[in-house]
Amino acid sequence: MQTSARDRHDSPTNGPATGGLESSVQPRPPARTAGAEHPADCPLSIHDMTVAYQRRPVLWDVEYDAPAGKLIALVGPNGAGKSTLIKAVMDLVPKASGRVTVFGEPYRRQRRLVGYVPQRESVDWDFPVSALDVVAMGRYGRLGWLRPVGRADLEAAREALDRVGLKDFASRQIRQLSGGQQQRVFLARALAQDAQLYLMDEPFASVDAATERAIIDVLRAMRAAGKTVIVVHHDLETVPEYFEYVVLLNMRVVAHGPVRDVFTPENLRKTYGGRLTLLEEAAHKLAKRDAPV
Amino acid sequence: MIAAARLDWPSLISLLALRDYNTRVVVLGVGAFALASGVVGTFLMLRKRALLADVISHATLPGIALAFLVGSALGMAGKSLPVLLAGATITGVLAVLFVLAVVHTTRVKEDAALGIALSVFFGGGIALSSLVQQSATASAAGLDAFIYGKTAAMIVSDAWLIAGGAAIVIALCIGFFKELRLLCFDPAYAAAQGRPIVAFDLMLMGAVVLITVIGLQAVGLILVIALLVVPPAAARFWSDDLRRVVLISAGVGLISGVVGAGLSALIPKAPSGALIVLVSGALFIFSLVFGAKRGSVWRWLEARQLGRRVAEQHFLRSCYELVEDDPNRSFSEGALAANRVWNAEELARMMQVGLASRWIEPAGSSQFRLTQAGLESARRVTRNHRLWEMYLITHADIAPSHVDRDADLVEHVLDAEMITKLEALLAADAAALVTPPSPHRLPSVLPTGAAP
Repeated sequence: MQTSARDRHDSPTNGPATGGLESSVQPRPPARTAGAEHPADCPLSIHDMTVAYQRRPVLWDVEYDAPAGKLIALVGPNGAGKSTLIKAVMDLVPKASGRVTVFGEPYRRQRRLVGYVPQRESVDWDFPVSALDVVAMGRYGRLGWLRPVGRADLEAAREALDRVGLKDFASRQIRQLSGGQQQRVFLARALAQDAQLYLMDEPFASVDAATERAIIDVLRAMRAAGKTVIVVHHDLETVPEYFEYVVLLNMRVVAHGPVRDVFTPENLRKTYGGRLTLLEEAAHKLAKRDAPV
Repeated sequence: MIAAARLDWPSLISLLALRDYNTRVVVLGVGAFALASGVVGTFLMLRKRALLADVISHATLPGIALAFLVGSALGMAGKSLPVLLAGATITGVLAVLFVLAVVHTTRVKEDAALGIALSVFFGGGIALSSLVQQSATASAAGLDAFIYGKTAAMIVSDAWLIAGGAAIVIALCIGFFKELRLLCFDPAYAAAQGRPIVAFDLMLMGAVVLITVIGLQAVGLILVIALLVVPPAAARFWSDDLRRVVLISAGVGLISGVVGAGLSALIPKAPSGALIVLVSGALFIFSLVFGAKRGSVWRWLEARQLGRRVAEQHFLRSCYELVEDDPNRSFSEGALAANRVWNAEELARMMQVGLASRWIEPAGSSQFRLTQAGLESARRVTRNHRLWEMYLITHADIAPSHVDRDADLVEHVLDAEMITKLEALLAADAAALVTPPSPHRLPSVLPTGAAP
């Protein structure tokens, strides 16, 4: 953790006043560039989103506008709903309430603008495809139905593999890749899509140091190209080094904003507080009502 | 074979030449079905839904029996294949919907739901079949063919019906190849990309229902699952590329179907379904043993090759350590034996290998010396070993007394890429490196001269 974050948290004027447990009003993100208030400029705008699994809420009243062209860490303890938030944005899990817009439009109309990097464990790496085949899947969205993968798509896929340093591994069956290389293949697949907003679910989870370096280099290049990248991240120590913005999540947005303002010990305590929060208790109660007969 | 006495050459030849009209009909019908089931079975296997196919096939029985009863009651020929297959399709689809409904609306887990659907539908089918046997005329006896498979009953219109269904299934799998591949590999990503994965799952299940129904006559409803599961599983031993897996699976299916049906034509009263499945089983065993990608013979050969390489490298390194100060010096077999824990046979064999590969050459009475080629190889091997030792000491905090043994394991799998990385890592602190107290003398920090 960087000391700057700790030094600043004493003066309340520096960071946005984050709501306590009882407050459902979330602070607005700090001042953005002119015109950013227009939702069409906002890569991701989440309004009043609640998500429940089998009636048990896992995310409450999420209110968030992502700043454009930034690297944003999504941080919180296990079970905080980080993956769920990403999935709910992409309509992969149903929302109990709320509205999400991507550059001012609902997600289903903006799919091509959103690149998704799922968790590495979410697929069977024994599947009979090559690294290039997987990366080319990033192009399917722009290919119509029934259209086979063409030469231009393979070219784009190769280029994406090159960007993550796996040029020589294109024809490898994916089982033969190391964990870090598999993670980079997923990253390359999202790159091949050439999106504007990227949602990444723990791309740094159990990867080797070389892969972590390679990924962060790619992320910085993406930011330089004006992309917005939201990354579910576990390693608190590297947050200040890798990211400029952070969202602290624990079933609700505890705080969000620039890392130097928001990434404070106090906010982290609120996010990672050991005791059951009232929210969690309420969620349990709601879930019990759905108990099996 | 039991029926060998009855197997006469003329009938075999006429079978192989497809001279007989009936044979041609059966080959067309069974071949088309088995080919298509190999194709769709690949996706079914990769989607991990093979059990659902088993449910579907068992659930066709009540449909067949009902269709027979209703058809007879309406005065149609009860045994007309399209009518029976329509009934089979309806109950097969109902079973799928039942499973999906139970899984999605209750807390019953999928395996339990599959078991319930399979047994209840099949039980209903058996009850209805007994009704058919009691009530109807002798024509009812033909229903057995759908349970165990009976290609002999196939007529030409049946075969074309089957071929038509097979063509639809194959066309779907080819047309939606890229979507199916994505669905099977990463359904969440497919959904994020806006692919309607539920619709694709239903399409896949629909294709399986169709395959099951057209396969009823060929292999029967109990064994139809085999042709959806065995060919893809066999094909997976031959390739790591989905396109090829699909093609090979189709080929395995086709061969199983045609050969099995042919055998059943040669052996009187042999049930075709069982023979087709047995042929596919034999092909599976063959693939498991000899398959190019993961077959056990292949893996065994690979392991043996690695074992040989390890022995060779240890031998070379032992020689090198004896003559490190003066490469022209000669050494005896006894000196080699003392340098490493060898078993006498192994050392004798390695001496043979060394002489045959011209790594070492005789130098006087029971003395040997390294050849130029042997020296270079030995130097490279030793260098890799020591690079790894140093890496373990400096970067992995392994106790120096353990590094030799660890390096012994790893040095043989170091590839050029890893060696380059090691060199880069060690170059920085090579000068300050303390020579590890390993069993081997390390006169210079990094033996130079031999590029990896």
